[in-house]
Amino acid sequence: MLDLIDVRKTFNAKTVNEKVALDGLSLHLNDGDFVTVIGGNGAGKSTMLNAIAGVWPIDQGSIMIDKTDVSRLPEHRRAPLLGRVFQDPMTGTAATMQIEENLALAARRGERRTLKPGITRAERNQYREQLATLGLGLENRMTAKVGLLSGGQRQALTLLMATLKKPKLLLLDEHTAALDPRTAEKVLQLSEKIVTENRLMTLMVTHNMRDAIRYGNRLIMMNDGKIILDISGEQKKNLTVENLMTAFFKASGEEFANDRALLS
Amino acid sequence: MNLSALLNAMPGAVAQGLIWGIMAIGVYITYKVLDLADLTVDGSMATGGAVCVMLMLNGVNVWIALLCAVAAGMLAGLLTGVFHTAMGIPPILAGILTQLSLYSINLAIMEFKANQGINVTKYALIVSQRNVRTVSWNNPILIALVFLAALIGVLYWFFGTELGSSLRATGANEAMSRAQGINTNKAKILGLMISNGIVTLSSVLLSHYQGFVDVNMGRGAIVIGLAAVIISEVIFGKLFRNFALKLTGVAIGAVIYYIVIQVVLWLGMNTNLLKLLSALVVAIFLGIPYWKAHLTARSARKGGRNNA
Repeated sequence: MLDLIDVRKTFNAKTVNEKVALDGLSLHLNDGDFVTVIGGNGAGKSTMLNAIAGVWPIDQGSIMIDKTDVSRLPEHRRAPLLGRVFQDPMTGTAATMQIEENLALAARRGERRTLKPGITRAERNQYREQLATLGLGLENRMTAKVGLLSGGQRQALTLLMATLKKPKLLLLDEHTAALDPRTAEKVLQLSEKIVTENRLMTLMVTHNMRDAIRYGNRLIMMNDGKIILDISGEQKKNLTVENLMTAFFKASGEEFANDRALLS
Repeated sequence: MNLSALLNAMPGAVAQGLIWGIMAIGVYITYKVLDLADLTVDGSMATGGAVCVMLMLNGVNVWIALLCAVAAGMLAGLLTGVFHTAMGIPPILAGILTQLSLYSINLAIMEFKANQGINVTKYALIVSQRNVRTVSWNNPILIALVFLAALIGVLYWFFGTELGSSLRATGANEAMSRAQGINTNKAKILGLMISNGIVTLSSVLLSHYQGFVDVNMGRGAIVIGLAAVIISEVIFGKLFRNFALKLTGVAIGAVIYYIVIQVVLWLGMNTNLLKLLSALVVAIFLGIPYWKAHLTARSARKGGRNNA
């Protein structure tokens, strides 16, 4: 379960650049919910995910993951509960370390890091099998530096790292935005497969309305740091891009302003 | 010019290079593994010798004095780490602050004298310049090699552990490390402590080697360390992929640095201008990757036009 209760965050408070990024945001997710998040530029989608992950402290409100109040915990202490994949393929992996080393780091998320070996033979075999399920041939390049991989390969690896230890909540922050359409499609399908197989509670930010409609069991739309539309179940299955746009206009009184969303 | 004078000076250059190579490995850990330029070393490079020599002059056993010196270096690293992580001071400035405070601390340790001598005939020093041209177990080159081998072995093991991997991850990608639950502040502090512990070990050996400790003996240490790291990268970058080999390369880099210095001195350069020469050489080598990137970007643009 995830509960955001009246979360507020203002960047550059009391300056000319003041920006209310989260404006009393509340959201409840049930276990197994796969929620897609859309919204215009600066609506607060990524900010919401960063608030949950603890990239910076929030100004007000509380964030509960499975009854644990994480609102005041530093980022690394929340990490055991979360799996994260970022928009920039460079962010989720350590480029100068090997594929298997990256996986070994992720396998120890939330555990004390001791003077035991950083990776064991048993782990290697397990990683080889898990990499094979990605279908990218990475299982034969386990000792290659991650920096040699393509953006799509890195995102697939980050996805595997995020779910290697089953997280309470998976945060996908426009994780296909930097990929070419074909690779993006592959990574999306892989994400869905992993989410369904592990029944992971997931928040997926996307700029692609069609993807937002196609994936997940619930869709939320954000504007000005708040949720303005929340559609789930049967109603979501019958959504079209057109009635999503109309709904946005009705709820916010503005045109949907997200260049990438409109162009895709 | 007398070639035999140069050859005579070589064992000394190699011994000093190996001792400074230990220091350079400390610099490698902050500069390359953690991606922090730590200027603490200019201070801790004198602290080690100061603590060890003063303790020995007061009758403490050499190995206990060595351990105390290393602990003092680790405390210096801790101070820089706290300045950086708990007070948000940029790492370079944090290192400068510690370095400056160490100047006073080192003087205080040395009973407010700028240098303190220690005689090899009266005290059980680990290495001494006196034995540098002898064929014996006391030869400082041999002893420095033993220390280097042990150090490289321990570091190779450590950076393969879970804890060591978390330090490497912190240097490679902080955002990713935190997302994987690594306390990056703790990792940086630990790295700075290990690095400065290694630097003080080198400082102890250097003070024994030369038979005295001087409050200024660490001045410019960071530049010598960087020079060793860069020399090893230029020469062995493509050859040495393994971590232990990379550390070995850094030690060899320091030896090469000292041999070059010896040659330059032999050619008649004024000793007082050495630091200027070192700084310029390091600046140029640090600039090379930047120039390379610029040149490739330009030639790529040109290539694009030619193909169009």
